[in-house]
Amino acid sequence: MAKIKYIEHNGKEHIVEVQNGLTVMEGAIQNDIPGIDADCGGSMSCATCHVYVKEDWYDKLSKKEMGEDDMLDQAYEPNSSSRLSCQIMVSNELDGLSVYMPEKQV
Amino acid sequence: MIKTDVVIVGAGPTGLFCAHQLGIIGLKCEIVDNLDKIGGQCIELYPDKPIYDIPAVPECTGEELTNNLIKQIKPFNFNFHLNDRVQELTNENDNWVVKTTNGKEFHTPNVVIAGGVGSFEPRKFPTKSAEKFDGTSVLYSIKDKTIFKDKSVAIFGGGDSALDWAIELSNSSKVSLIHRRDEFRGAPASVQKIKELSKNSIINLFTKYSIKDVKGNGTLEEIEIKSEEGESKTIKADYVLGFFGLIMQLGPIADWGLNLDKKTIPVNTENFETNKKGIFAIGDICTYPGKLKLILSGFHEGALAARGCFKYARPNEKYRFEFTTASNTIKDRLGIK
Repeated sequence: MAKIKYIEHNGKEHIVEVQNGLTVMEGAIQNDIPGIDADCGGSMSCATCHVYVKEDWYDKLSKKEMGEDDMLDQAYEPNSSSRLSCQIMVSNELDGLSVYMPEKQV
Repeated sequence: MIKTDVVIVGAGPTGLFCAHQLGIIGLKCEIVDNLDKIGGQCIELYPDKPIYDIPAVPECTGEELTNNLIKQIKPFNFNFHLNDRVQELTNENDNWVVKTTNGKEFHTPNVVIAGGVGSFEPRKFPTKSAEKFDGTSVLYSIKDKTIFKDKSVAIFGGGDSALDWAIELSNSSKVSLIHRRDEFRGAPASVQKIKELSKNSIINLFTKYSIKDVKGNGTLEEIEIKSEEGESKTIKADYVLGFFGLIMQLGPIADWGLNLDKKTIPVNTENFETNKKGIFAIGDICTYPGKLKLILSGFHEGALAARGCFKYARPNEKYRFEFTTASNTIKDRLGIK
């Protein structure tokens, strides 16, 4: 279980507890948090669960797998702190993680 | 004007299998899809990715699944209307009048929405200033490449479309290729070619840059690009091309007066009818308690929706359930002798 903070582009924060084994994307969808669309349902084929992770946490996450950067190329305003939230698996170690949502996912 | 028993919106696996079920029970249908090919997400998003959860098919790719479904409905000779999108849906004397972007009109008692997560649209530049040139000098697809002859063209993207067009247009245009990182996802041979062209100064390659601004008074003159560190550069451009893949948008479906739950359409689980009589929704686009976004669930939903359509298409007949193994009528429909 990890407390995860989802921060909308307008600054609105949502703190929820997400079970281990779910992804950060699923944590958002299950808690009706706006700003993450996840059109493809987590198969890494749509780039609509794009989030930014600040440096302090970015390096603690498991590295991007093949294909994630390719999908991020298609995301809305990606940068070097971009991740697809469907590829971040929740575990106790992620307790306190903050993710920032882009202005939009389209 | 085309009269039919059912119009299916979406030619993905769910729409295709629903068409099969309609054929089996003796109904006619017309299938409309925004993409230029049959297969929906399976063909657009993951043609080469293996799928492992189709019953009795241990492994197949999105493309193989699509080809098999096309083969399965071949005996029925249904019409496909590709590259077209259902725009308007109105009710007239208990019939639905379905109008498409290309001006086609269908009259039908039933519409089955098998639209996945909506229709595929190109992803656009985030820059507000790009909007006023949209369709004239800011383009997301190429219809006529001759317009670029002897012009400056700025191409954005790192996939095959961006690379292929950069290579192709470099023959007769001044091409700049801009990508947000220095790795490309396009075919290795194309990446190699791009690097060569850049080395020989035939194209200008800018990696780790993204768009900042699009400038011009009436006509496009130049664009500004920025690096993540905030450094910016100005490039002369007559045309800007963006190849960021496709995104699924609900589009006109949102305007048909259907109940919506976020981007999905609530249905009953008896025949997958929506809040509107004769409009059904199946596959990823529908929602109900326990909904699973699996292709196999879409097949089930399509089979039941087809029976739901029968009621309105043949109001004076009673639907009789038959097995394909035993029914001679069905064998006739399948053209099996």
